[in-house]
Amino acid sequence: MTAEAAAIEISDATRLELYRGMVRARYLEKRAYDLFMEGLVQGTTHLGLGQEAVAAGFAAAMRDGDMILATYRGHNHTLLRGASMASLLGECAQRSIGCCKGKGGSMHLTDVSKGAMGSYAIVGAHLPVALGTAWSSAMRGTGEVTACFFGDGTTNIGAFHESLNLAAVWKLPVVFVCENNLYMEYTPISAVIPVEHPAADRASAYGLESIVVDGNDADAVYQVAVQAIDRARRGEGPSLVEAMTYRHKGHSRADPGKYRPDEEVAAWMARDPLDIYRARLESLGFPKEIIEEIERLALAEVDDATAQVRAAPPPDPDTLLTDLWANGGAEWRN
Amino acid sequence: MAELTYRLAIARGIAQEMERDPSVVFIGEDVGAEGGVFKTTVGLQARFGKDRVRDTPISEQAIIGAIMGAAMTGLRPIGELMFSDFLAVCWDGVANQIAKTRYMTGGQVSLPLVIRTANGGGTHFGGQHSQSLESWAMAVPGLKVVAPSTPRDVVGLMAAAVRDPDPVVYFDHKKLYNLKEDVPDGEIVDTLGTAVVRIPGSDVTIVALAAMVHVALEAAARLASSGISAEVIDVRSLVPLDTRTILESVVRTGHLFTVEENPRLCGWGAEIASIAAEECIWDLDGPIVRVTTPHIPLPSAPGLEDLAIPSAERVVEAVLASS
Repeated sequence: MTAEAAAIEISDATRLELYRGMVRARYLEKRAYDLFMEGLVQGTTHLGLGQEAVAAGFAAAMRDGDMILATYRGHNHTLLRGASMASLLGECAQRSIGCCKGKGGSMHLTDVSKGAMGSYAIVGAHLPVALGTAWSSAMRGTGEVTACFFGDGTTNIGAFHESLNLAAVWKLPVVFVCENNLYMEYTPISAVIPVEHPAADRASAYGLESIVVDGNDADAVYQVAVQAIDRARRGEGPSLVEAMTYRHKGHSRADPGKYRPDEEVAAWMARDPLDIYRARLESLGFPKEIIEEIERLALAEVDDATAQVRAAPPPDPDTLLTDLWANGGAEWRN
Repeated sequence: MAELTYRLAIARGIAQEMERDPSVVFIGEDVGAEGGVFKTTVGLQARFGKDRVRDTPISEQAIIGAIMGAAMTGLRPIGELMFSDFLAVCWDGVANQIAKTRYMTGGQVSLPLVIRTANGGGTHFGGQHSQSLESWAMAVPGLKVVAPSTPRDVVGLMAAAVRDPDPVVYFDHKKLYNLKEDVPDGEIVDTLGTAVVRIPGSDVTIVALAAMVHVALEAAARLASSGISAEVIDVRSLVPLDTRTILESVVRTGHLFTVEENPRLCGWGAEIASIAAEECIWDLDGPIVRVTTPHIPLPSAPGLEDLAIPSAERVVEAVLASS
């Protein structure tokens, strides 16, 4: 992190927003996990448990109209951009109340009305799309910024290079955020790259600053996010941020994550971003009641969302042949 | 009314839409300052500026992603892929992202975009710059697919594609760039999903697309001298597909032939043949016959490529053998 970013002040309200964001994301994903074990959520889920500080830090730095694009590990980002918990949990459970009416599932959470422009299930696929949303914002002069989140594994796919290059050449208002959780699926990222930092060590190839931030420290992420987003909004072009973090679970539901050394897991679990932040709030003198109120409200929110999901019917069979085309249907012939 | 080449019709079609709608933008490799490697987009950047007509790096994934993101957020972009063969390097963006996003998001996302690309053989470029790939696009739910055969259709179908609220893959044909015809002045707007009867006939129906329309027309002229009246239908739009025009003709003539530049397996004609077999087999008086390129990559040698791509002779032989 740069000295300039470190100097960005964080208000009390922002600190509470950062904690609230992380707690809401944590509760949502734990509930998605529980509902999967119960059989209500089918297919798969890719949880971002442990990575909430990245989502919360960026969400707090964005304003209305800004857009995000996420990966299949995008529950937290989509929630914190403003999608409702019921619509997200409902989509994970493939219910009619899901944000995608049950057609997308956990890997495709989207709420365009909030600026959550999609969760993409092909690694690297959305970096080029982020070029387009950012280019469009620049063309239309809206001042909107796009933030595009992806994992460390994405840095080895061609679309990463094409996107960073074009974003830099066109000076697009986009922030690329690599959530480096040390593993590309089941393989250590260190085993498949010739440098230490998969994103930051490649930034210079695009004329960009090398930025590494502690992705488990919501304050640090927020400060870097403010700096990068402001830079984009001023028309000074893209940034590439690498946030060091760790997922508490395996890659997806099918993965117990046994390939990770016990000491490594223990060390990162001891650096849980929520624990870090709760302790910080307490040390800064925030009353315990305010902190507990945030947790209580988040639990009530996820309980309410769960009740809505349980009560919601599966998608109406009549919707099978809807929404392929703008006319609402799926006809391909007369 | 003035004579216009198929090549210049491409720039005219794009210009017509950019003039009408300021949200229409156009990007691709060498399309701006150089006016395209085939000189199909000459003058567009000078007329509409470097912001709206923009050169890109050789980055097809970036081009396809950029037009997708732009279309999601209020622009109506046209992205050019220099050769349709390059679809293969950005097929994720085309087939997994652009095609599926409206459906997968429950209808939240509209993608009013056009992927315009130079398709087809007959120019001896070899196997990676000559393919007819319209059947690839046709096979993916969520993509509309057009392939014009005349200068007028180049303009009209471009307008239809740009104005359509869904993603359209627009295949123009390299072999036709020097084709000329008189084209009316003023705005031309066509309709997706409409086939056109190029010449009426009563004995056999020949269905063709893009450059193969002209092969079919030549075959029809030769068949006429043998006393066979062939109706030639230009499909123009594979998705949506105007089966009504095709089946009405087949029911009347009792004979269906397709002329396809694509390699044999799963070409668009196979779908039309299957529809005819399902829906009007009792009206047929002979087998449905597909005239296609063999199931091989296209060779570069002119003598070999000419043998591979359907010719009027092959169409005439097929008709004489089966009608």
